[in-house]
Amino acid sequence: MNYVTAFILGIINYALIDNVVLCRFLGLCPFLGVSKKTSTAVGMGASVIAVITLSSAITYFINKYALIPLNLVYMRTIAYIMIIAALVQTVEIILKRKMPSLYKALGVYLPLITTNCAVLGVAIDCSQKGFGFFDTMVFSVGTSVGFLVSIVIMAGIRERIQYNKIPKAFKGMPIVLLAAGLMAIAFFGFKGVSFT
Amino acid sequence: MLVPILTACAVIAVIGAVIGVLLSVLSEKFKSKIDPKEEKLRSVLAGSNCGGCGYAGCDAYAKAVVYEGADPGLCVAADPAKISEILGVSVTGGKKKVAYVRCSGNCVKTNMNYNFDDTNDCRIAYLAPGHGSKKCPYGCCGFGTCAEVCPYDAIRITDGLAIVDSEKCQACGKCVAVCPNRLIDIIPSDAMYVVRCSSLKKGMVVKNACADGCIGCGICVRACPEGAITVANNIARINQDKCTRCGKCAEKCPSKIIIKRF
Repeated sequence: MNYVTAFILGIINYALIDNVVLCRFLGLCPFLGVSKKTSTAVGMGASVIAVITLSSAITYFINKYALIPLNLVYMRTIAYIMIIAALVQTVEIILKRKMPSLYKALGVYLPLITTNCAVLGVAIDCSQKGFGFFDTMVFSVGTSVGFLVSIVIMAGIRERIQYNKIPKAFKGMPIVLLAAGLMAIAFFGFKGVSFT
Repeated sequence: MLVPILTACAVIAVIGAVIGVLLSVLSEKFKSKIDPKEEKLRSVLAGSNCGGCGYAGCDAYAKAVVYEGADPGLCVAADPAKISEILGVSVTGGKKKVAYVRCSGNCVKTNMNYNFDDTNDCRIAYLAPGHGSKKCPYGCCGFGTCAEVCPYDAIRITDGLAIVDSEKCQACGKCVAVCPNRLIDIIPSDAMYVVRCSSLKKGMVVKNACADGCIGCGICVRACPEGAITVANNIARINQDKCTRCGKCAEKCPSKIIIKRF
């Protein structure tokens, strides 16, 4: 299997079969918080892709050339969090200047990418599973694309059910959680697919 | 023993330093232009993020005024003259208002039904029988939930009764929202005569519970030459728009519950 096939299969595997939100239940906070409008959801997903990809690349090198040789593996979480926070700040600064409308729409959820467990989860998963650089990139891009896919689908659903007749008890967040549950069941259907 | 700790510190410090330098360079490079009006406006606003204007905070309000054309007269604490100077339009800030607690039942004046000391929150005390330990179910619970939420530190609990410092109060309305008994009103700061009770019980019951209570006798209604006072549900209310501050109501009030504020 050459690298291109491995990359594509890996993306499909991590984006759909092992979807980060719907199968591994990471990153639920922005998934529920910023999925009101498709446009902001796409913006959020794109920011998460940028942050996850960059952070797992940087943390890979930090892990390999600083933490492991110095026997500091136990400092992983704190070191990774610092890097992730810095990257989120970077994204924030750039967005504020280049896309103020998206910056405003994302609001508090943009700095909250720092505490998005999907980001830290991917970085830590890669180190714990001992992935090489290629695998790390496939894993992080696949996972973040999966996040984008699920949050955009969710935003689409929420836009459509907005004007539906929803029973009073289910209005607001409950119906969103129900929809998320149904989506998760649907995504579990991919579990039968295997590339190995 | 010490070496691994030091290396750990050093590694984290190096990472932190590198990140710090990179971020500061980046933020300098991508410095976003802020409208100087916004900064100036932000500096004359209250700065306490009380939310009295209805926005998420002073920053959000300043932004809304400059970019979205929000009403510039909403900040209760800012000087309207300064705001109009910055924006170049005349702002007539609303009349200054203050919060006012419609109860005078402190520990001395009001009888107690029982002792209640396992909480420090009025909203919990309100759930107890008789809305707290005081015999009057309408009275101030006196645990100071209003004082806690006040962003201006304007409310003090004295002898089990909340008292608003009209100098500090900016009428943001946080205490009004939090008082379980709905005892706090926002009144014009120049309102001179106020009814300092809110009991809806009949005269006898009020007298039994509290030395200072409106018995709903209606003497003030007849005393007022302007027709500004009404008695409904055993409680007098003064319409501050009609009040001319003649003071006749306070003179005639048999329970001395109409108070001259200053």
